[in-house]
Amino acid sequence: MAAGNFEKYKSDGSLAGNALEWVDARFPATAMWKGHLSEYYAPKNFNFWYFFGSLALLVLVIQIVTGIFLVMHYKPDAALNANGVPIAFASVEYIMRDVPGGWLIRYMHSTGASAFFIVVYLHMFRGLLYGSYRKPRELTWLFGVGIFLCLMGEAFFGYLLPWGQMSYWGAQVIVNLFSAIPIIGGDLSLIIRGDFVVGDATLNRFFSFHVIAFPLVLIGLVAAHVLALHETGSNNPDGVEIKANKDENGIPRDGIPFHPYYTVKDIVGVIVFLMVFSAVMFWAPEGGGYFLETPNFYPADPLKTPPHIAPVWYFTPFYSILRAVTYPLFGLDAKFWGVVAMGASVVIFAFLPWLDRSPVKSIRYRGPIYKTLLTIFVICFFILGYLGTLSPSPMGELISQICSVFYFGFFLAMPWWSRMDKFKPVPDRVTFK
Amino acid sequence: MKKFLIALLFAPIMAFASGSTAHIDKWPGSVSDKAALQNGAKLFVNYCLNCHGASYLRYKNLLDLGLTEQQVKENLMFTSDKIGELMRVAARSDEQKQWFGATPPDLTIVARARGEAGNAAAGADWLYTYLRSFYRDENRPTGWNNTVFENVGMPHILYGLQGQQVLNHETHKLELAVPGTMPPAEFDKSVSDLVGFMVWMGEPQQEFRRTLGFFVLAFLAVLFVVAYALKKEYWKDIH
Repeated sequence: MAAGNFEKYKSDGSLAGNALEWVDARFPATAMWKGHLSEYYAPKNFNFWYFFGSLALLVLVIQIVTGIFLVMHYKPDAALNANGVPIAFASVEYIMRDVPGGWLIRYMHSTGASAFFIVVYLHMFRGLLYGSYRKPRELTWLFGVGIFLCLMGEAFFGYLLPWGQMSYWGAQVIVNLFSAIPIIGGDLSLIIRGDFVVGDATLNRFFSFHVIAFPLVLIGLVAAHVLALHETGSNNPDGVEIKANKDENGIPRDGIPFHPYYTVKDIVGVIVFLMVFSAVMFWAPEGGGYFLETPNFYPADPLKTPPHIAPVWYFTPFYSILRAVTYPLFGLDAKFWGVVAMGASVVIFAFLPWLDRSPVKSIRYRGPIYKTLLTIFVICFFILGYLGTLSPSPMGELISQICSVFYFGFFLAMPWWSRMDKFKPVPDRVTFK
Repeated sequence: MKKFLIALLFAPIMAFASGSTAHIDKWPGSVSDKAALQNGAKLFVNYCLNCHGASYLRYKNLLDLGLTEQQVKENLMFTSDKIGELMRVAARSDEQKQWFGATPPDLTIVARARGEAGNAAAGADWLYTYLRSFYRDENRPTGWNNTVFENVGMPHILYGLQGQQVLNHETHKLELAVPGTMPPAEFDKSVSDLVGFMVWMGEPQQEFRRTLGFFVLAFLAVLFVVAYALKKEYWKDIH
C-alpha cells in the first residue's frame, strides 16, 4: 500500500480539480489519501477491541490542543508569590478560576492523562489477545512500545508541573531512583534534577521536556507506528492474513476500505468514549482521588514529606514491582535491582514478538494454557497496581513479590508454554457474521 | 539538644499525618444551598480570614453566591476595598509563625486537599468534624486541643459560639462544660454552613460544571443516535 502506486489526479476541468491536479503534481496528496484511508483495506471483522487505536490518537490530539492553551497561562516558577504560594501552583488555580473556560481545559488535560493510559493499556491488551505483535508486525509493535515509554516520560514530567505536594515528592522519589545506579547514579540524578533537591531548575527542565521534547518524539513515533501498520496491513481478531486471499483486482477479499467504513464506525466509538470521558470530567474530575490526587492540592513544600508518597495509578503496577525487590545481589543494593526490575517490566513487552512461539496468533485458536496464563497475568497486573497505591506492608510485599514473579514468568517462559498449548485449526477467511 | 532537633525535624510530618484515627462525622450540608453559603461566607471572613488566606479567591467571586456588589463591599470586605482583589490574609505570615509555631495554611482549596484516595469528598467531613472537636487543654500553649487533629497549633476560634468543651478521659467523649451563645444544634448548622462555603470556594464553578455535564451528555447522546444510524447505513452492504 505504499504511497506512489496510485495514479496522480487528473483534473475534470473545474477550478477545484485544477487545484488538486496542481497540488498532486507536487505533493502525494491523492496517494496519501488513498494509501492510508480510502484504499487502505482493513479486515472487515474488527471488534470492540479495535476502537482503542483511533481513540489513543484522539486523546493525543486532546492533550496537545488543551496543552497549547494551558501553556498560555501556566507559569513554571517555583518562587513564592506575595501570598507565600509557589507561582506554578498559584498559576494552576488561576487557570481554574480566573481564565475563562480554564477549568474545562485543565480538567480535559488532567482527565485526558488518565484516559490516555486507560486507552493505551486496552490497546496493548488487544495486541496480547490477537497476537498483533507477531510477524510481520514486529516493528509496529516496537514503535508501540516506544510510544508507551515516551508516554510514561511525558506523564511523569507533566505531573511535576502543578507543583503540589505529590508532584514534588513523587518527582523527588523517582529521580532519586537513578542514584541507585552504581558509579554514575549520583551524577545522573543531579543532571536530571539540575539541583541537589527538586527545585526551580527541575521544574523548568521538566516543563521543557513535557511541552516540547517528548511530544515531538511522541508524534514521530505515532507516525512511524501507523506507517508501519499500513505497510503490513492490520491484524484482526482471527489472526488471519487477509492479504493472502486477494480478488482479481488485487484487493483482499476480507478487506474493506478504511474510509468510509472504519471512519464511520470509529466515530461511533469516539462518541461513546467522549460520553464516558465527559461523565468523569464533569461529574468526578478528581477520579475519586486517583486522577487528581488529593495531597496535590497542597502546594509543594520541601520541608514537609507526605506520610505516604504514591505515584499516579497508571504507574503503580511498575512501582509495585520496584518495591517487591528487597534482596541485595552481587554487592548492589536492593534499590538498584528494584529499578532494574521496574525498567525490565516495561521493556520486556518489546520482546513479545520473539518470545511467543505459538503456531497461531489469535486467542480464538489458542488453547487453555494461554487463556489461563493471560487471565492470571491480567489479575497480577491489577493486584500490583492496587498494591502500588497503598503504603508498604509485609503482606503487600509478599503478594507483590508473588505477582512480580508471575509477571516475569509469563514472559520469560513464553517460548516454552506458548508451544505446548492445544490449538484449533485457523480458517482461511475471517469470521464475520 | 540533638533529640530536640530530631523532634523538630519530624514535627511537620507528624502534624501532616495526625488525625486519622478519630471518628469523623458526615458533613450534612450541600453546595447548592445559597443561603447556607452566604452564612458560611460571613463566618469565614469574620472568623477565619484574619489568620488564614483564601488567596486564590477574589471578592467578586462572592457575587456568585447571590449577593450584590454593595452587599459584599459592606459586609464581607475587611482586608481590601477593591472587589477584584484576592482574599488575602490580614496578618503577616512571619509574625503568625512566631505566634502559632507555623503559618496558618491558605484555606481556598483545603476541602479538596483533605479528601482521600477513593473518597475525594472526605475533606468536607473532616473539616466539619475538626471544627467541632476543640476542647480545653491547659497543657497546650493556646489552651486548646482537638480530638481529630492532636496538638493542633490553632486555638478554638469559634469558642464564643460553641462554648468550651472538655475531654472526658474515661469515655473519650467531648462534653460541653461552658455553653456558648449558640445551642449545639445551631452551632452544628453554622459549622456546616462554613464548611459548605469552604467546599464551594475550593471550586466555585462546580455547580455550573455539573449542570454543563448534563447538556454535554445530552448532546453526545443525540450525536450517538445519528452516528450509529450512519454506521448502520454504510455497513449494510458488508457481508
